[in-house]
Amino acid sequence: MTGGDMQEPLLTVRDLVVEFPMRRGTLRALDQVSFDIAPGEVLGMVGESGAGKSLTGASIIGLLEPPGRIAGGEIRLRGERIDNLPPEAMRRIRGRRIGMVFQDPLTSLNPLYTVAQQLIQTIRTHMDVSEAEARKRAVALLDRVGIPAAARRIDDYPHHFSGGMRQRVVIALALCAEPELVIADEPTTALDVSVQAQIIDVLKEICAERGASVMLITHDMGVIAETADRVAVLYAGRVAEIGPVRDVIQHARHPYTRGLMGAIPTLEQTSDRLVQIPGAMPRLNAIPKGCAFNPRCEQVFERCYSERPSLRQAAPNHQVACWLTEEGSA
Amino acid sequence: MSEPLVQVDGLTRRFDISKPWLNRVLERQSRQFLTANADVSFSIKKGETFALVGESGSGKSTIAKMIVGLLAPSAGHIRFDGQEMDFASGADMRALRRRFQMIFQDPFASLNPRWRVRDIVAEPIVTFGLLQGSEITREVDRLLEVVGLSATDAAKFPHEFSGGQRQRIAIARALSSKPEFIVCDEPTSALDVSVQAQILNLMRDLQDEFGLTYLLISHDLSVVRHMANCIGVLYLGRLVEVADAKRLFLEPQHPYTRMLLDAVPDLALSGRRRKPVLGEIPNPIDPPSGCAFHPRCPMAADICTAETPLPRVTPTGQAACHFAGQVGEVA
Ligand SMILES: Nc1ncnc2c1ncn2[C@@H]1O[C@H](COP(=O)(O)OP(=O)(O)OP(=O)(O)O)[C@@H](O)[C@H]1O
Ligand SMILES: Nc1ncnc2c1ncn2[C@@H]1O[C@H](COP(=O)(O)OP(=O)(O)OP(=O)(O)O)[C@@H](O)[C@H]1O
Ligand code: SF4
Ligand code: SF4
Ligand SMILES: [Mg+2]
Ligand SMILES: [Mg+2]
Repeated sequence: MTGGDMQEPLLTVRDLVVEFPMRRGTLRALDQVSFDIAPGEVLGMVGESGAGKSLTGASIIGLLEPPGRIAGGEIRLRGERIDNLPPEAMRRIRGRRIGMVFQDPLTSLNPLYTVAQQLIQTIRTHMDVSEAEARKRAVALLDRVGIPAAARRIDDYPHHFSGGMRQRVVIALALCAEPELVIADEPTTALDVSVQAQIIDVLKEICAERGASVMLITHDMGVIAETADRVAVLYAGRVAEIGPVRDVIQHARHPYTRGLMGAIPTLEQTSDRLVQIPGAMPRLNAIPKGCAFNPRCEQVFERCYSERPSLRQAAPNHQVACWLTEEGSA
Repeated sequence: MSEPLVQVDGLTRRFDISKPWLNRVLERQSRQFLTANADVSFSIKKGETFALVGESGSGKSTIAKMIVGLLAPSAGHIRFDGQEMDFASGADMRALRRRFQMIFQDPFASLNPRWRVRDIVAEPIVTFGLLQGSEITREVDRLLEVVGLSATDAAKFPHEFSGGQRQRIAIARALSSKPEFIVCDEPTSALDVSVQAQILNLMRDLQDEFGLTYLLISHDLSVVRHMANCIGVLYLGRLVEVADAKRLFLEPQHPYTRMLLDAVPDLALSGRRRKPVLGEIPNPIDPPSGCAFHPRCPMAADICTAETPLPRVTPTGQAACHFAGQVGEVA
């Protein structure tokens, strides 16, 4: 499924700006980030450490940690603004309409309660069902995410489960109130390769079954390639490129995306050297004027130093923030 | 060119994880041991890269620590350039010690935050008394340039650098005693792919230039594929397969190797389908009987629960499976 233009998006993020007021001036961590997620769509979000992936997720679910604040733009869920809701209203959306899966399953699970207690409580907070009915749903869901002997294991505490099993429990917890959107921030980074594949499969299948959309944050392009419909590439708090996965992977247009793709060793490749992007992503207090990628870009030219490129349509559904795109292939 | 520089033979390490004596008596428990490595043997040729892969807890770091002398083996031998390594005999080891170095996963933890880069890089030179006075400064400046930093960085502290730059400092430090052999334990796992590419390219350049031999530890099969000449696959502390790097990916001989390969996401969008992996790693304190892989193995037969398979020669190297060499036909 792709983000067709006729369908009303489930989530719309427009020109999102997130800032951290600091003693020595304001740090702008996200700068005019814009994207949509269609109903049932999986949007992957990639980028180097510090690019702003987690901040984007935290902004959507209203969990930006102070002093971080949304300083501009808007976020809409089915057309309604959710970036300026009072905390109580946002709490009702979290868990109920937007579920969350984080990298470390232990941050989402309370070690003092059994898995059953946590699932049942979450279900009953958001849905009007009896204790017995909630338990039945919880067992069914645990079974669905692949916990063997779910009816018995449900009364165990989180530390009785292995890392992979815990992450399955977290997925069950994120999905138990049947949210429309699941934000998964590095859901498999702490897990072994063999278990990663299982977790991604479960997440993807269940969301597909329930028609839930997913925003999948990861720095693993391989996971994105297999899971996402579209992918957004973040660089220094800005969207560099966004488009259908296949287009972005096979025909990356932004010089940064191209570098990133070449830098990844693959099982299929045979060349001796990896493509190398010189330098490192700038710190927030030293983002260059114009295009933020200009010190590392091999194709840089005058305009890149003075004017910032905004996202432009390069192909159907495929947008790129690079001056070359506008002047070349657009 | 191709005689082995490092030879590991029957390397075994057990950890005593028993509760304190009084608890054991009161709770009527016996001593408990965790076997982190059992009977691991392999050799690394001069100028080549041998990689160890395996899931978390499979015993990769424990092998690395034994080889560089940070941990004593419970059994087995390590030979370096034909000489038996016996870390108990301090004097003999000193000469050998400067010939190998180690780089760790976490460039944040492995660099002393209170030292300047100059002193960090110079430490092995000073420890082994290799150079004196201004020669040390000159050598540090040179090494920083070799790894893509600059001499002006010598006066800075580690926190002033990014993760990738810190790993370069760690590499400069490792190179400073002019080692022949470097053990790299997850050298890029904490880094972004773009920075990982810089470090992997640097490691290869240094290998070409100085004829270095590497033991590379990684859980990332794509990294290993890119770097290694020969690969060892660990499962619950045992080497289940050793093979020529290129052929391992084309013709995996052990069912576990095949399972790991199938779990790697397909970045090339070639349509290769990942197969769902069965189960998770068992508890190492109480590993399954016979072949420890049998609860997850699609080919397991009766013999697998009863007998531990010994390594057998395969067309690509060796594999410890009762059915090694037949994987293709049976699966
Ligand atoms: N509390 C804070 N104060 C100041 N800066 C912050 C704070 N939290 C985050 N940042 C900065 O915001 C930027 C984006 O951070 P974010 O956590 O979104 O990155 P990320 O893309 O998720 O990276 P990673 O892959 O490492 O998780 C970073 O440069 C980070 O240093
Ligand atoms: N000092 C110790 N005491 C007790 N058990 C230990 C000790 N060091 C390691 N172990 C155990 O030995 C086994 C192998 O550990 P090791 O660190 O070598 O694994 P690894 O393959 O490097 O894993 P990872 O990929 O997580 O780094 C694990 O089960 C670990 O818990
Ligand atoms: S705008 Fe200029 S500097 Fe930025 S990516 Fe495009 S060519 Fe490179
Ligand atoms: S010995 Fe048996 S269980 Fe072990 S890998 Fe071979 S077939 Fe599987
Ligand atoms: Mg993050
Ligand atoms: Mg380790």
